[in-house]
Amino acid sequence: MDLSAINPVLLIASLMVAATPILLAAIGELVVEKAGVLNLGVEGMMIIGAIAGFATAVESGSPTLGFVVAAAAGAALSLLFVFLTQVVLANQVASGLALTLFGLGLSALLGQSYVGVRPPEMAQIQLPVLSDLPFVGPILFSHDPVLYFGIALTAAVGAMLKFTRGGLILRAVGENHDAAHALGYKVVRIRILAILFGGACAGLGGAYISLIRVPQWTEGMTAGIGWIALALVVFASWKPWRALLGAYLFGGVTVMQLNLQAAGVAIPVEYLAMSPYLITILVLVILSADKSRAPAALGRIFHASR
Amino acid sequence: MTEPLLSLTGVTKAYPGVVANDKVSLVIQPGEVHALLGENGAGKSTLVKMIYGLVKPDSGDIRLNGAPFKPAEPRQARADGIAMVFQHFSLFDALSVAENIALGMENPPKMRDLAKRIRSVSETYGLPLDPARTVGDLSAGERQRVEIIRCLLQEPKLLIMDEPTSVLTPQEVEILFETLRKLRSEGTSILYISHKLEEIRALCDASTILRLGKNVGSCIPAETSARDMAELMVGSALKTPERRTRDFGPEALRVHNLSAAAPAEFGTALKNIQFSLRKGEILGIGGVAGNGQDELLAVLSGEMTTDPNSVQLDGAPIGDLGPTKRRALAVLSAPEERLGHAAAPDMSLTENAMLTGAVRENLAAGGFLKWSAARGFAERVIKEFDVRTPGTENTARSLSGGNLQKFVIGREVLQRPEILVVNQPTWGVDAAAAAAIRQALLDLAAEGTAILCISQDLDELMEISDAFAALNEGRLSAPRPTAGLDVEEIGLMMGGSHGMDVAHV
Repeated sequence: MDLSAINPVLLIASLMVAATPILLAAIGELVVEKAGVLNLGVEGMMIIGAIAGFATAVESGSPTLGFVVAAAAGAALSLLFVFLTQVVLANQVASGLALTLFGLGLSALLGQSYVGVRPPEMAQIQLPVLSDLPFVGPILFSHDPVLYFGIALTAAVGAMLKFTRGGLILRAVGENHDAAHALGYKVVRIRILAILFGGACAGLGGAYISLIRVPQWTEGMTAGIGWIALALVVFASWKPWRALLGAYLFGGVTVMQLNLQAAGVAIPVEYLAMSPYLITILVLVILSADKSRAPAALGRIFHASR
Repeated sequence: MTEPLLSLTGVTKAYPGVVANDKVSLVIQPGEVHALLGENGAGKSTLVKMIYGLVKPDSGDIRLNGAPFKPAEPRQARADGIAMVFQHFSLFDALSVAENIALGMENPPKMRDLAKRIRSVSETYGLPLDPARTVGDLSAGERQRVEIIRCLLQEPKLLIMDEPTSVLTPQEVEILFETLRKLRSEGTSILYISHKLEEIRALCDASTILRLGKNVGSCIPAETSARDMAELMVGSALKTPERRTRDFGPEALRVHNLSAAAPAEFGTALKNIQFSLRKGEILGIGGVAGNGQDELLAVLSGEMTTDPNSVQLDGAPIGDLGPTKRRALAVLSAPEERLGHAAAPDMSLTENAMLTGAVRENLAAGGFLKWSAARGFAERVIKEFDVRTPGTENTARSLSGGNLQKFVIGREVLQRPEILVVNQPTWGVDAAAAAAIRQALLDLAAEGTAILCISQDLDELMEISDAFAALNEGRLSAPRPTAGLDVEEIGLMMGGSHGMDVAHV
């Protein structure tokens, strides 16, 4: 085996790329869960975003337009979840699972003619001096704009939840929807907005896989990333910065084990392949040993007619 | 005559199958403490929800300062100077005091300024409170202060209080009344909902009485006896539970050096609890909610197990036995939370009867359920305890609070317990149903059952118990005979107001 074949600069740069879809989906779901809604349809919304973004980018030649449409498609699919859980008050777990199955099926249908097509490439951001810095330049300052958007979104969501009135109201709705209703807040409206935001983020994350990370379209290509994002939200104790840490950790170990496989390390491939899941869960379980707990109204159905 | 602050004329609100308010009228003068009286289901809550904008009336006229007033939502009612303290606190456990208060304000200032204002208001009105604390860690009295301060920061013209004293110690009630009197002297009107009549006589200037959604009278509380008001509420002569003098048998239950860790994050640890209970005796345990009541019930029912010798039945150790084994030994219990603890909300009454009665009433054999026997048992509970329900196949959730409480208590009483532990047996139950439940407990004791009654309602404990002890932060005071005990002493036993004097306001 030859460990020297692993280039640390490429490794770190590619772990950031591998982490971004998980991060985008996790941040969206985090906001949804903070509002007291458990949407298990992340995987379905991601794959719909992946095909919608891919198809748009191929047809229009614009990856940027692809991402916009992907976000819209994710949000559109989440409208189905909104209808089921907020309008007809169906069970959230079942509705979320249905959403995932529906998304996987629909995306396979839509994507039939796109298998094997190459999407247009998204230009990387080139900053005059910073991108040319040795070592740091390729790692931090030569990525696509969506990657930076993901990090900025994490910061924005963290600040919104902690420092703004909107964030306080969102948390209050997720904590005790009856009390929020009694104070005159529109529980259902706030939750619908949160679910749409979560759908848009998942759609973006999906499109990031099909347009940048892979980049091509294959059926079921999200391959469980949505579920990882869901688990990440719980293990990150509903804290945006921990979700970022978890996503990067997972991305890092994924990229690392691929490199180790390529370098021919004498560990069976199966163990290497499961390592990202094990290590991410282990670290986040240790981190989540503090007092923080789930939003108290998470997954509970709100019925206003009292 | 001055113009009234708020007047309601002929207000009607119907829900499918029931008219909650039928042409109700109510007039509140500026600077008046107005009592709204009535049993459960009399329509008090619906009425105040209409004033607060949570419910829209079907017909009728509401006027605020002479102008028509139709609040579409609480926000608008708040903007017009109406504030409300809810019966079930509408607080967010995981958020801080300041965040909770900010959520109830239209245009909250920055957090730092808000904390300052909270401190100043809490000092002015004698309601000490730290804005940075997490609400989940506060006592019931402190939580209520959060709600009151949230209202006071809006400088309301009318403050609505829905059963504010049900969870407070006598000292805390005194502090609250001082605050309310100060508010009144500043010209704020208060609409005060309660069914504690002595409090209303001490505090209120006028009252309106509702029964089954209709006005049935009004009176000046200070000039009317509590009994007359109660009879107006109930609509018939009230039966006071009779207490027969009785002799106590030998010791039945002994709790010795009982300590237990808090089972949940916001729970209370029990510390070195000692008492003994004789056959036929009723021991009343008072104390502010959250001082170990739920945990005490759990160690006695067997939900929490302890060292075997900590709990002894007729001298035999039972501390390590689970609930089913204790039920077999005739140690029964009825917890406080009706929906979800004492009864499974979405199961029928037959199924709920089966759940606790299976062991003692032989409702199951060889792992199979005897449905007809269970139905018979449920029917017996319904009949003997006058539970108003169409039948045994209705879900527990469909019963009103008072009716379900009668069912839950009756289900245990009819299983002929040797020891019965009840927590808040008449919580949120109207006067007639409460009297029936108390009478059932007294009758059971007269037949030789030892009863432990945990309650927040001191009047209830004084009425039925032979001895009284208080729980404070998981410690139990030494039991004292009820006869000759006065409210002041009880307050001190309950740990007073957590070391706080009535503030000088």
